[in-house]
Amino acid sequence: MEDHVCIQNLTYNRGARRIFDGITLRIPRGKIVAIMGPSGTGKTTLLRLIGGQLRPDTGTIRVNGKSIPDLSRADLFAVRREMGMLFQSGALFTDISVFDNVAFPLRVHTDLSEELIRDLVLIKLQAVGLRGAAGLFPAELSGGMVRRVALARTVALDPSLIMYDEPFAGLDPIAMGVIVQLIKTVNRVYGTTSIIVSHDITETASIADYIYVISDGRLIGSGTPQEMLSHESPRVKQFVKGLPDGPVPFHYPAIDFADELLQDRGSS
Amino acid sequence: MVSYFRQLGQFLIELISVVGRAGAVWWQAIWRKPELKNAGLVVRQIYQLGVLSVVIIVLSGFSIGAVLALQGYNQLVKYGSESALGLGVALVLVMEIGPVVSALLYAGRAGSAVTAEIGLMRATEQLSSMEMLGVDPLQRIVSPRLWAGFIVMPILALMFSIVGIWGASLIGVNWLGVHEGAFWSSMQEGVDFYSHVMKGIIKSVVFGIIVIWIAVFQGYDAQPTSEGIAAATTRTVVYSSVAVLVLDFFLTLVMFNF
Repeated sequence: MEDHVCIQNLTYNRGARRIFDGITLRIPRGKIVAIMGPSGTGKTTLLRLIGGQLRPDTGTIRVNGKSIPDLSRADLFAVRREMGMLFQSGALFTDISVFDNVAFPLRVHTDLSEELIRDLVLIKLQAVGLRGAAGLFPAELSGGMVRRVALARTVALDPSLIMYDEPFAGLDPIAMGVIVQLIKTVNRVYGTTSIIVSHDITETASIADYIYVISDGRLIGSGTPQEMLSHESPRVKQFVKGLPDGPVPFHYPAIDFADELLQDRGSS
Repeated sequence: MVSYFRQLGQFLIELISVVGRAGAVWWQAIWRKPELKNAGLVVRQIYQLGVLSVVIIVLSGFSIGAVLALQGYNQLVKYGSESALGLGVALVLVMEIGPVVSALLYAGRAGSAVTAEIGLMRATEQLSSMEMLGVDPLQRIVSPRLWAGFIVMPILALMFSIVGIWGASLIGVNWLGVHEGAFWSSMQEGVDFYSHVMKGIIKSVVFGIIVIWIAVFQGYDAQPTSEGIAAATTRTVVYSSVAVLVLDFFLTLVMFNF
């Protein structure tokens, strides 16, 4: 079976900075694939490239066999109806209630009656445990609740591909456990292909079928969670074991510390 | 010298880039007009941009009409021409002050709100999430505001002028004692619908287009930070105000055959 997402020789620059330098990866259909790496390596940018919100400089990105960068604006919006993306912030519409947020894609993309939409929204909210919060507004929710509502909205149209942008960041252990469970359930029940972008090793490794690790714009390792935990590459090892310094330096590039201190003294 | 030319070049490139982006947003949004089933989006924006601006328009219109009556009477009475007060106030309001001042107020009240709202939606990834839900923000967010903006501006300008004339009549006729018949008949005889009122309406339509265009573009193009939104909101008010005043000069030049 063809891979759901296929990226080949992707390069992408932001200004003078190279974000991706010839990345190739495949996301098999129906699997949970994690894309991991230190902060600032462009993991979220990769999701935006897959979603067509950014265009690569070179290389191909195919989703369901369709070349995303070559689609017209109208075709791109049509393809996105089969994708879902859970943003790190949740990105709920703040001027409407939880119920209306989840109902939004159904009202825009379908001609279902309000009664049916109501039933579908309540089913989705029940699945994330927030049916009781249907009448609340996003400002009244906690961070974990926002992400659960956003997940209910993302799965409202039953997309075949869901991208999760840092789904565990900033959550308490209980909320994190709930989100881990929900991602697993959505994948199993709907047969959805899931891409998780994260740097939370434990949670991600517990649900991912396959992991890619990206650093400095390149793919530095890939394999099953077990393979990654015992990976030989020093870069992968540093990331997986959470070591503060190593091939991925602790310090941002700068001139010698002593030189800089003396320079300051000389100029004052 | 080289650095001067480099800075000039950078400025021109940035200017062309901004005008190009603004043109693209305008073009794409205007042709993605909301479908009939989403007419409610435009109606909601008419309420947000128009109805919520009525109080400031009415209060300002009344005050300016009243002041025009006071100042106009002061000058006209010296020549015994106070009966022309109604005509003078009406012409000034309908052709100039009504469209211009209501557009400036509209830029400050509604334009800044539109920029801040769209800018904040960008900063909180609401526009991105809308895109990923397969909904085009240009059609869903920008287009209803553009269309509502065109519709409400001439109505607000007319309202401003009507309330201004009413304010002038209260001051001129009821307080300063200008003959009521002379006040209204001079206005009736001297103000022509096509030569004066219509030209004022055309001005307000042009001002409405330019103000709401600047407002939605500044919001859509804002840096997604608190400083970025603050700067975009300021730019909306400043650029809109300057554009309205400069355009008023050229429209007057063209429409009144100078």
